[in-house]
Amino acid sequence: MFGKKRVAIVGAGVTLFRRNLKETGKELAYHAAKMALEQAGMELHDIQSVVVGSAPDAFDGVHMKGEYLADGAGAYHKPYMRVFVGGATGVFAPLAGWWHVASGKFDTCLVVCEEKMSSCYPHPQYAFTTIFDPILERPIGMNLIWIFALEMNRYMHKHNIKKEDIALVSVKNKRNALDNPIAQLAANITVEDVLNSEIMAWPVQRLDVSPTSDGAAAVVLVSEDVAKEVTDNPVWIDGVGWCIDSTHWTNRDLYYPDYVEYAARMAYKMAGIKNPPKEIDVAEPYDPFDYKELHHMEGLLLCKKGEAPKLTREGVTQRDGDLPVCPSGGLLGVGNPISAAGLMKVCEIFWQLRGEAGKRQVPGDPRTGVAQAWGDLMQYSSVIVLRR
Amino acid sequence: MSVKIKHYPGEEIETQDFREGKVLFESFKPKAKYAWSAGIAISRFLEELKNGRILASTCSKCKRIMVPPRIYCEKCFKPTDGWTYVKDTGTINTFSVSFIAADASRLKEPIVVAIINLDGASEGMGIVHWLNEYGDWREIKIGMRVKAVWKPPEERVGAITDIKYFKPIKE
Amino acid sequence: MSLEKINNPLNARHWIGHMETDYRYTLGVAGERFLKEIKENARIMGAKCPKCSVVFVPPRLYCEKCFTKLEEWVDVGKRGEIYTYTITTIDVDGKKLEKPQIYALIKFEGAHGGLIHRIGETEKVYIGMKVEAVFKPPNERKASINDIAYFKPAER
Repeated sequence: MFGKKRVAIVGAGVTLFRRNLKETGKELAYHAAKMALEQAGMELHDIQSVVVGSAPDAFDGVHMKGEYLADGAGAYHKPYMRVFVGGATGVFAPLAGWWHVASGKFDTCLVVCEEKMSSCYPHPQYAFTTIFDPILERPIGMNLIWIFALEMNRYMHKHNIKKEDIALVSVKNKRNALDNPIAQLAANITVEDVLNSEIMAWPVQRLDVSPTSDGAAAVVLVSEDVAKEVTDNPVWIDGVGWCIDSTHWTNRDLYYPDYVEYAARMAYKMAGIKNPPKEIDVAEPYDPFDYKELHHMEGLLLCKKGEAPKLTREGVTQRDGDLPVCPSGGLLGVGNPISAAGLMKVCEIFWQLRGEAGKRQVPGDPRTGVAQAWGDLMQYSSVIVLRR
Repeated sequence: MSVKIKHYPGEEIETQDFREGKVLFESFKPKAKYAWSAGIAISRFLEELKNGRILASTCSKCKRIMVPPRIYCEKCFKPTDGWTYVKDTGTINTFSVSFIAADASRLKEPIVVAIINLDGASEGMGIVHWLNEYGDWREIKIGMRVKAVWKPPEERVGAITDIKYFKPIKE
Repeated sequence: MSLEKINNPLNARHWIGHMETDYRYTLGVAGERFLKEIKENARIMGAKCPKCSVVFVPPRLYCEKCFTKLEEWVDVGKRGEIYTYTITTIDVDGKKLEKPQIYALIKFEGAHGGLIHRIGETEKVYIGMKVEAVFKPPNERKASINDIAYFKPAER
C-alpha cells in the first residue's frame, strides 16, 4: 500500500453542465458538494479537510478564486487548499485530496471543482491569449484553438489518420451523452456532420470541439476505517499519477503525449496494473477535442501508438465494446466546465464501478477504471485508477 | 449521473436573457495592462533579429542547440554555455489554417500558423510563426521547406515580428 | 552573464499588452433575491439558518457552517451600526480624491456579517455609530448594491 492509509471515494455530486447557469460559482460549488455529502451519507461536520480545483481565475473573473469558492466548497474553518494545473485540474484535485487522507493527516476530505466560464464574454477564449509567451508567441496572435490544431495535425500526419476516423469520437461521445442527465451537447450526429461543420482552425472544425460551460462536481474521500462505517460500496483510489512536460512546447514532438504515459505508468505501477488494455474495464480519458481522446488512449497505454482510431472504428470503445471509453459522453457531449469536467470523469468511473450508471452502465460488471485529465500548455497530465 | 440521484441542480439561462433583463448581473472590465520584459536570453535573441540573424543557445553537456535560446538548459538544469546562429530556413513541423481570431470571431481570410524546425538547431527545435505566399492553403504540407521573409533592416525593432513570415521554398 | 536590476520593465526590452476581458457576473439565486428586495421594497434582507440560528447578511443560498440550504429570509431593517471604517483620500489608481470618503462595514442587529458601504451626510464617524440606509429613488434603482446611495447617521 502507498501512503499510510488506503483511500476510498464514498460519494459524488454534479450540477447540470450548461453554457450559462444563473447560480454564482459559490452556489454551484455548494450544490455539487452538498450532493456528494448526501450520497456519502455524511454531513459537513464529518469533513476534516477540503480541496478545491478551479481553472484560470480569468474565466470566473474572480481573482483568487480559491478564496472566493471556499465557503461554497464547505471549507469554513477547515484546512483548505486550491490546486490548479490547467485543464488537468479536475483529476488533479482528487489526487491532492488523496495526499490529504493517504498521508494519515486526515480521515476525510471533500474535493470540489467549479467553473463559471460564462462570466467572461463575448467568449472566454480571449482570456486564454495570455497563457502564451508574451514576447515570442503573443505577437503572432496565438490562441487556444491553434495549439490544438497544431497538435492534431502533427498526430494525423505521423500516423496517417483520416479526419473521418477522428470524427467518430465526437459522434460516439455526443451519443453517449444522450443518456446523461446533466449533458449540455448530447446529440445524434454523423461523421458527415462533423466533416461539414465550419472550419475553425484547420484541421479543427466546430464539431471536433467541446463547448464552454458552467458547472461543478464534487467527491468525498475517506480513509479505509471511515469507509467501512459509511458504506458497503466504497470505490478505492488504487493509483495516482501526474507529470508535466517542457514549457518549450514548440520544441516538442506533439504527435505523442509522453507526459501522459509517465503519469499513467506511475498510477499503474501503484495499482499493480501490468497490462492496461486487459485490466482496465472502463476509461474516461480527457476529450476536450475528439482527437484528444485518441491521443490520450495511446498515452494511457490502452493501445499502441496510432492504434486508437482503429479501435474506435471497430467499435471497441463503444459503451458495449471491449474497452468502453467516455461512457459519460465526455467533454464533447456533457460539456466542458474545465476542472468540473475533469472531476465529472472521476464521478462517472465511481458510478460505473458501483453499478449506478443506469442507461450508461457498461456491461460486464466493471471492477477497474481510469480517468485522466490534461492541460496547461499541452504538457500536464493527471491520472487516477479506481477499483471496486 | 447516478440512478440514485433524481434531480440535478442548476438553473439554465440563455445568453439573450442578459440583454432582455431576465437575469440580473453586474458588469466589470478589468484594467489589466502589462509590459512584459523579454529577459536575458530573449532580449539578446531579439537584438539579433534586428541584424537579420536567429540566435540559439547551446549546452555543452547534452550538446543541444536550442531555439528560442534560454539561459538554462531545462534538461541538464545548468546554465547554457554558448551562443550560436541557426539558419533562417527550416521545415514545417506542423501547421494550422485558422479562420478564427483570438476572441473566437470569424476571419474572412485565414491566417496560417506553423511550428518551423529551424536548420542548424537540434532536431525538433521549432519556433512558432506565420506562413504566407503559400498559394492554396490545401496545398500546405507538413515537411515542406520554408524560409524567413524579413522586414527591411530599417523597419526592424527587435521583435519576433521582424520576421514578417515564413514562405515555402523549392530546393 | 549578469542579472541586471531593472525596476521598470519599460526600460528593458519588452512587449506591451493587456488582458482583454469583459465580465458579466450573474447575481446568483440568493444575490438576485437580495438585490430585488432592495430595488423593489427598499428592504435589507438576511437569510436564517434554522440549525445554527444565524441570520446571514448578505443572505446566501446555504449556511457555510452546516451546509443547510437557507429558505427563511428575514428583514433586518435599514438601521445598523458601524463595526469598523476607513477614510479614503485616494481612488483605485492612487489619485487624490476631491473630498475624503468614509467607507464602513455596517452590521445589523441580530445578524451575522454585514455590508460594506459609503457613509454620507457626516464628517464625523466612530465605531459603534448608528447609521441608516439612504435608498435612491425607486426609478433609479437597478437591483445593485448601489441602489443604497449611502448610509447616514441615524437619529436616536
